[in-house]
Parts: sequence; structure tokens; C-alpha cells
Amino acid sequence: MLAKLTPLRKDLLHIAAMVPGSARLLDVGCGSGDLIEYLARAKGCDARGIELSQAGVNACVAKGLSVIQGDADTDLSEYPDASFDFAILSQTIQATRKPKDVLDQLLRIGKRVIVSFPNFGFWKVRLKLALTGRMPRTGALDYAWHETPNIHLCTIADFVGLTQEIGARVERSLAVNEAGDVRELSTPGYWDNLTAEGAIFLLTRRAS
Amino acid sequence: MSTLFQPLSATSAAVGDDVGQSFTFPAEQPLKLDSGEGLQALTIAWKTFGTLNAAKSNAVLLCHALTGDQYAAGVHPVTGKPGWWPFMVGPGLPIDTNRFFVICANVIGGCMGSSGPHEINPATGQPYGLSFPVITIRDMVRAQAMLIDHLGIETLFCVAGGSMGGMQVLQWAASYPERVFAALPLATAARHSAQNIAFHEVGRQAIMADPEWNGGDYITKGTNPRKGLAVARMAAHITYLSEAALHRKFGRNLQDRAALSYRFDADFQVESYLRYQGSAFVDRFDANAYLYITRAMDYFDLAADYGGVLANAFRDTKTRFCVASFTSDWLFPTAEAKKVVHALNAAGANVSFVEFTTDAGHDSFLLDVPEMFQTLRGFIEAAASARGLPAKGA
Repeated sequence: MLAKLTPLRKDLLHIAAMVPGSARLLDVGCGSGDLIEYLARAKGCDARGIELSQAGVNACVAKGLSVIQGDADTDLSEYPDASFDFAILSQTIQATRKPKDVLDQLLRIGKRVIVSFPNFGFWKVRLKLALTGRMPRTGALDYAWHETPNIHLCTIADFVGLTQEIGARVERSLAVNEAGDVRELSTPGYWDNLTAEGAIFLLTRRAS
Repeated sequence: MSTLFQPLSATSAAVGDDVGQSFTFPAEQPLKLDSGEGLQALTIAWKTFGTLNAAKSNAVLLCHALTGDQYAAGVHPVTGKPGWWPFMVGPGLPIDTNRFFVICANVIGGCMGSSGPHEINPATGQPYGLSFPVITIRDMVRAQAMLIDHLGIETLFCVAGGSMGGMQVLQWAASYPERVFAALPLATAARHSAQNIAFHEVGRQAIMADPEWNGGDYITKGTNPRKGLAVARMAAHITYLSEAALHRKFGRNLQDRAALSYRFDADFQVESYLRYQGSAFVDRFDANAYLYITRAMDYFDLAADYGGVLANAFRDTKTRFCVASFTSDWLFPTAEAKKVVHALNAAGANVSFVEFTTDAGHDSFLLDVPEMFQTLRGFIEAAASARGLPAKGA
């Protein structure tokens, strides 16, 4: 018998809610596979994953998930165009070497792309840097500067800028607060960039 | 041969000690070969472990590597040692003989009972020798499919193997996609590289340079190219290990001496080890079989059969794949495995891929690698559940 599903982290639940049942999707940086396991088992999706760490891949395959050990920065080019209904990049973009190229690849292989990330424009982050003069450590970003895997942190405003630069259309944007609850944004503005601890974006490639 | 002095794994005795079975197909069922020739009176020797269920849905086919044979588990009747996959196949192991009906057949071209250069050609009453037709990986797999038909099994739950066995797994998935529910190609590639062909050519030249090879006619002439085959094995054996593994095992340690001999004896432990590997090998392997099987591997290029596009070999496949490679394997490096994964992705196949961190080289797939067992158990378990097989222990 299959083991009971692990309860999904709140931010992942919001991502899962964006994905219709039986969609074909790729979760890039899927960790130990909580999101794809949920989408496969609770929503009947054809859910695949890519994960860099051997421990993560082992955990996924041991759960019966289809996961490939690979690197978002190098291995996305191997997938054909539009091979997935959704390409998901959850809390991973800030850890890639070339976020712009990764996002570009995701928009190529996925008909829709979901990206979630911690917002470096969150007021607590800004305040910590302003008051202490040291790299801020917060709940979502709790690493010393010299050992953080998050090498390309951005704010919501930065991310919106990137979507415009690469010609992506923002279909939906959600602000995530510290409790993990979300608020739908019509257009992310100054206030949202200050008050959201994180964000979730649903993107498509702008028709050229 | 006595088994008294051989170390046996705990599981060896439990999975059956019979020498296996063989069957010769009637003349009207020749094996059609890629070379265009037909092999009459095809004989296949195989061994099974476990029990086939009533629905015939729990069969696992193991494909052996270059120098392997049908004795994957249990005690090998010639060497008295455990079979070649002792950590993987047996009761309670990832390929669990309490749950699955495990079949392992000697490849054609081999020397453990299946048709090969070492066997008697029924048409002449003489050993085939070099009159045996050159065979390919696809020919090996065709012969295995004839065996699976003979056993009355429609779909294999899983086809698994490493190295040349992994090539056969990929060929099975390409040739008979509807007959392979899950595929486990380990430490392998979809084509043999130039470097690997080069290594094989060294081995073949060593065999053919031995005067006792006698143009391949050594059985009727009463000779045996032991030295040539041993050198071939020694050269190949290095490619199965890694610099780190050789250093860990032997370093520059001297063998049974305190100082260098200033002669060409086996001064170093690593030399002594290789000499032992060479001489032990010739006791159980046939020189011509080595030529034929290495040739089959060299000829393997799965994409070439599909217009040069590997993904086309797996088009519309429903098979679930788990591809695995090992960090220290320089014979079938991760880059080769990734080409297979890339093609499977392009074909939209259900594929997982793991690279295991080991320092033991190509042979890692045969060794005790706990992370590998944990991952493969998970893959097999999920596939068994999807296949509707009863859960473990049920």
C-alpha cells in the first residue's frame, strides 16, 4: 500500500492549486518530491522532477516518482519545446547561476510557468540591512552570507522587470505573507514589494 | 568443483543450486541475425529463481554483462562462488526472488550452454569456432525474446542489467516496448564509444596473437589460448575499476617481498592481482566467446537503427525507466547515461535518473552500494504497485 501523503507546505499548496488535474508538469528543483507526489497522487497529474542532490533524487525515486538527477542551469535545454503543460520553479530561481536563462528555458519547455521565490524587498529584510548594516537573515532566508545557496536574490520588482525583459506575460501574481497565506495581486506595486515575504507568479510566453 | 573454501553470501544457498535449464529450438525456428544469416538449432541455457505467478505478471529478466552468465544468484556451478549479482538478487533483496520470477539466460555467443563458438555445431558435429556467425546485441535480445515466448510469458515486469546487460535492456525497450513494463539499465550507454571499442580491440588482438589460438580452431587442435585470454582480461579488468579503487586496494604495496626484485616478477600487489584475475578468468571463459561478445558490444549503436535519432527508439513507449550511472565509472560515464535520459525525455518517456557517488568504477553496479539498493527498491516497488503486483510481504 502507498504511504499516507505528507501534508504539503502552505506555499506549495498555493502552487498546486494553480495546476489542474491530470496536467503534465515538471518541477525543477523538486527536493524530496513533496509537490510532485501530491500532484501525482491527489490530482492525477503526470508529474516529473529534476533535482540536483542525490539525497533528494533517491528520496523521490524511492517514493516511486519520476525524477532525474540534474541541474536547472544546464539540463533544461535537453527537453523539447512545450513538452509540459506546466514547468514549476519553486524557491529555486534564487539558487541558479543564470536565472534569466533558466526562466527562458522554462518558458520554452512549459506552456505555463510557475515561479515562487523569497522577496528580498520585504520590509523586514530592508530594515535589517538598514539598521544592522549586515546581510539580513530572515525566516525565509536564514543563511550566513558566505554559506547561502541563494546567490541571485531578487525583489518582486526585480522579478517583474525580468519578465518584461524576456517577454513573459504575467498571468497571475500572488503575494505570500509570513504565515504562508496568499493575496492575489492585480499588478504588483511598491506596497506589495514591501509587504510580501514571498511571491508566486504564473507566466506564459508572450505571443511574438 | 568444491565450494568448501569459497566465501558464500548469506543468500546464496537459499535461491536454488540447480544448474539451470536449456532448450534447443527446432530447425523451423531459426534465429534471424542482423548479419543476414540464420542460426539453426538455437540453444539457450537459462536459470530461474523464484516462482512465476498465475497471471505470469511477475517475471523479471536479468541481462548479464560481457563475462557474466545465467548464474546471477545462488552458487555458480563452475567457480563455486556466488552469482554475479549477489547484493541485488535474492530473497528480500531489491530484485526479490520471494516476489518475482527471475530469469537469467546465457547470451548467444557465450560459453555457458547457449549457442556460441564454443558449442558443437549440430550440422557438422564439430565446435563452431569462427564459423559461428557474428552476432549483435539485438540478436542476443531476439534470442531472449524467443526464450520468453517459449516460457509462455507475454510481458516482462522488469528487464534489468548493467554494462552490456544495460545495452540489452535498452534494446529490449526499443524492440519490444509492449513487453517491457519497467526497464533498469545501469552503468551503460546507447552505443559503444571509440575508446571502448579500442579497449576491446586490445583484448581481441591479445587473444589472436597467442599461437595457441590457432586461427580460432584451438578446440579441435587441442590447444587453448590461455595467455592471450588472460591478457585480454587483465587489460579489461583495469577499465572496470578506477584509479581511486586501485590505489585504495593496492597502492604501491609490494607482493610477498620486502624490496624490489629488479626482475619482471609481480613485484607489486596490483600486478599479482591482475595476474590472478587473468588466470581465474580463463578457467571459466572461452577465448572465441570473448571475441564474439566484445564484437557485439562494439557494434551496438541503438540510434543508428532509428535514423540516428535515439529518441525515435523509444517513441510512444509506456515503459517506466530508471537509468543509473556511477561517478567513478569511466568506461560508461554519466555523460553516456544522460544521452539515454535525454532521448527518453524527448520521447516523453517515464524516466528517472540517478548518478551514484562511488569510487569503485564501472564494477560499482555489481557491488554493495546501499544508496543504489534503496533507490532501486523504491523504483521496483512503485512499478510493482502500478503493475498490480501484491505489496511486499503480502
